[in-house]
Amino acid sequence: MDARRVSRTVIDPKVRQVGFFTPNAEAPPGRTQSGPVIPAPSLSESPASNSLYPVMIPPSRHLSDTVAIRTAAVPVPDSALRRKESVDVPVGSYNPSESLLGTSPVSASPSSRVGDGLEFSDESSARWYRRSGSGKMASSLPGGGFESAALKTPVEVPEKSGEAVAESQKELPANAEPLKSKTTKAERRALQEAQRAAKAAAKGEGKKPAAVTGGGTPGKTAKPAKQSVQKKDTPQVPASVAASDKKGGDRPPDKERKKDVPPPRMQFDDKSRVEKAKRRAVVNQIEAKNRVELFRHLPQYERGTQLPDLESKIFQLDPMHPAIYKVGLKYLAGEISGGNARCIAMLQAFQEAIRDYSTPPEKVLVRDLTAKVSSYVSFFTQCRPLSISMGNAVRFLKSRIAKLPLSLSESEAKSTLCSEIDRFINEKIILADKVIVRHASTKVRDGDVLLTYGSSCVVEMILLYAHDLGKKFRVVVVDSRPKLEGQALLHRLVAKGLSCTYTHINAVSYIMHEVTRVFLGAASVLANGTVYSRVGTACVAMVAHAFCVPVLICCEAYKFHERVQLDSICSNELGDPHAIAKVPGRTDVNYLDNWANKENLQLLNLMYDATPSDYISMIVTDYGMIPPTSVPVIVREYGREHLW
Amino acid sequence: MWWGSASFILDKQDEERNAAVLASKPESLNLSPPPPSSSMADALQSPNPKISAYYQTRAAHHGVVTSDWLAQAQAAVGRNPDEQGPITAEVEAKPGSNSGKPFSVIEEFNSWRKQPDLAEAVAAIRALASVIRSSEATTMMELEIELKKASESLKSWDTTSISLTAGCDLFIRYVTRTSALEYEDFNSAKSRLIERAEKFGEISMKARRIIAVLSQDFIFDGCTILVHGFSRVVLEVLKTAAQSNKLFRVFCTEGRPDRTGLRLSNELAKLDVPVKLLIDSAAAYTMDEVDMVFVGADGVVESGGIINMMGTFQIALVAHSMNKPVYVAAESYKFARLYPLDQKDMAPALRPIDFGVPIPSKVEVEKSARDYTPPQYLTLLFTDLGVLTPSVVSDELIQLYL
Repeated sequence: MDARRVSRTVIDPKVRQVGFFTPNAEAPPGRTQSGPVIPAPSLSESPASNSLYPVMIPPSRHLSDTVAIRTAAVPVPDSALRRKESVDVPVGSYNPSESLLGTSPVSASPSSRVGDGLEFSDESSARWYRRSGSGKMASSLPGGGFESAALKTPVEVPEKSGEAVAESQKELPANAEPLKSKTTKAERRALQEAQRAAKAAAKGEGKKPAAVTGGGTPGKTAKPAKQSVQKKDTPQVPASVAASDKKGGDRPPDKERKKDVPPPRMQFDDKSRVEKAKRRAVVNQIEAKNRVELFRHLPQYERGTQLPDLESKIFQLDPMHPAIYKVGLKYLAGEISGGNARCIAMLQAFQEAIRDYSTPPEKVLVRDLTAKVSSYVSFFTQCRPLSISMGNAVRFLKSRIAKLPLSLSESEAKSTLCSEIDRFINEKIILADKVIVRHASTKVRDGDVLLTYGSSCVVEMILLYAHDLGKKFRVVVVDSRPKLEGQALLHRLVAKGLSCTYTHINAVSYIMHEVTRVFLGAASVLANGTVYSRVGTACVAMVAHAFCVPVLICCEAYKFHERVQLDSICSNELGDPHAIAKVPGRTDVNYLDNWANKENLQLLNLMYDATPSDYISMIVTDYGMIPPTSVPVIVREYGREHLW
Repeated sequence: MWWGSASFILDKQDEERNAAVLASKPESLNLSPPPPSSSMADALQSPNPKISAYYQTRAAHHGVVTSDWLAQAQAAVGRNPDEQGPITAEVEAKPGSNSGKPFSVIEEFNSWRKQPDLAEAVAAIRALASVIRSSEATTMMELEIELKKASESLKSWDTTSISLTAGCDLFIRYVTRTSALEYEDFNSAKSRLIERAEKFGEISMKARRIIAVLSQDFIFDGCTILVHGFSRVVLEVLKTAAQSNKLFRVFCTEGRPDRTGLRLSNELAKLDVPVKLLIDSAAAYTMDEVDMVFVGADGVVESGGIINMMGTFQIALVAHSMNKPVYVAAESYKFARLYPLDQKDMAPALRPIDFGVPIPSKVEVEKSARDYTPPQYLTLLFTDLGVLTPSVVSDELIQLYL
């Protein structure tokens, strides 16, 4: 902190303000793009930022909202360093953070971020703005992450600068702070305009930002309203200014940047956007009430109401291909679960849709198909939020579509795409699994006791393969409510003649002392080595670590993601709260039967959790056995060629 | 297995010499401890599977066992040149003979590794280079296959040596993963390969020098360095520091059972560096005086940890708990794509241990010669690629092998 302050004083004022305000929006791009940072459109905003500047920092210290601080603060150094590379570019107006960083890499971003929060604090809802904002940032912070936040388009910004919106449609708003509560007429109009513009832009570019990443669907994430901050004069609107200046005017990089954007996430505590998304949604999910405070930004729906409704709609939804529809419904009903299974099902549905696709007159296949895929993806997301691995697969498909040579005829293009999808499934999933099994089975010795949690298909394959090799070992299957996925795994293992022990996660600390290896699957592995997996995994890994038992994570490399996540809060999935409230077969345990009516009861059924890399000894992937610190190496070396 | 004295190595050599005489193969009159086996069948497996050939070589090269052993070793080294004559002659004559390629690789390798200053990996690299040179292959594919076969046989000859395996793998990578294959003319491609092989050999030879230079910044005047085991790289580092008139003192652990510390202290005393000898168990006792720990490595593994002489792990643990930096000096050809999860998760390299008194047969003896130090206990690795943190090792390995 001190360092930062010092630097502040030292720095030339103009630069200073710039830096300060560009809360990270620009920062991360450095990683993938060479010349990402673009000069801010005008220096004019500087005055505003100037005035704000001194004010903002001190508050950040006092912020009691720990979430914001925690999530924001940690990732920073990283981004700060990265940002440094791109620092030079900054035009006076928006690079203040840069300057700060330059002197003290300690990250201006947290403070600036916090600052944003503070700005809002005059608003009544400031508190949760801050939270949601920070959550978003934290999750998206890793390289390129910021842009995703940017894509979300701050609603509030437009209000002040209707004109601005029009001019700067292409720029990505950096700050996705939801101001819904305050929407004024002007604001709404601005938003609309922005959306229209965004749509046009997206079409023009053939890639919608949201679509590209696959995580967000155009419908769902309020499409980018972009407003540039041309107006320097608006000191009273500091937040908006701040938000806007970060993105500055960067057209050229825009395109590239969009490609790199990790899936923007819909923040479900943003009412205006949720409303909007709902209007477009095919699947009408009823939102659950009584959601847990910390997790309001995640979607949670009442279960079981949509299926019949959707089924009846099948003939009305002409744009949706039946194969897509089928898979979507299966996601909804929970018939397909497991990262690989979901991903393969999705890809195969795409394949069928592509086979039946024909380019409408006056449209270009590349553009139109991309839009189609985006709409499919948005449908899937409505059925169940996409997993990170699916996001990667979608990104892969879109890049393949975008790369199709224009000279190809439609049928050729379609068959190319289909074979690309096949190749992806074979190479990245099926073959990768085989390689992983081969690697991991070398770590199984005679006399071992292997522990696994839940049901991971790779781990199952490893156990069976090691058993086939004649290794003598015992398996401990740890399971947990409400899914009890371990039982299915146990059933299959026992049927193959493995000697197994079955227990629930409550007993993990007891059983751990006899275990020699822990094999776990993962939904995704993030760039800081954090493993994102079925909830409970972190608990098992930590207990294993405490007992000095090596923890092996088995995960295909296509599930690696360059995002960084520090907790399980900012991005997660909520399951059906009924599932934990009800105990099937136990009529005597009925205390929660009418829980939904209770105002003061909130049930939390999280689906995933994040395991910090400290607790992981090794990640077994198709590139071999690597330490968790090497995940970014894989992403850097191979992400590009395979996914983009 | 009980060895009356550490001179077992010589005893063993005698036995083998006799056996060799019986087999009447002149070139097997070789004093290097794991003698080149006299028949091809033998050559393909380590002469004594119970004992790590790697450690036998080390023992022969570094072991300060007894003074008379030294004298004999000296004599043996003295005899070496005579012996090398016939062998190299044989190597040169090799092109004429079709048979026994793997045989000759190991011969070649053994002749190289007899030089005490030559690292095993470099010896392997030179042996493989000579395979290329003497190859009669007419296509690149053939040559590649031949090379792979040769490196396989080298690797299987001594599975306990990590640097041998890593050196072979790296060499194959370095030599074949190039534009050389695009050369249309096979002969020019081949000469290009040989060129690369020689270059690689040179780089590997220079590695020690580079490391010594890189590490100088870390040795400051007045510091106390704890060294475990005898590592030629570490010796080079210390030598360079001494030559640049740095004032430091060194604590050497004794390095049971092969007493490598004795030899190191011997070498350092020659350089006028103040040295203190410790018994191995005194590491924690002296750690508070120590400013840094310097160790070499048999192998650097994917996790960034090292495999090194037994005792390294405990010294690293003690140093870690007292917040002293642990520096590892290792050439990049020791980087291996291994990933031990714990101590027992590697092929054990066994070696005999001399307790000085007979051990009852019911008592088991832990004979493993090395342990694995996980990366969290290491501070930095000095390699010819630069000064690396442990996590960069995997980065480098991925770039090298994938």
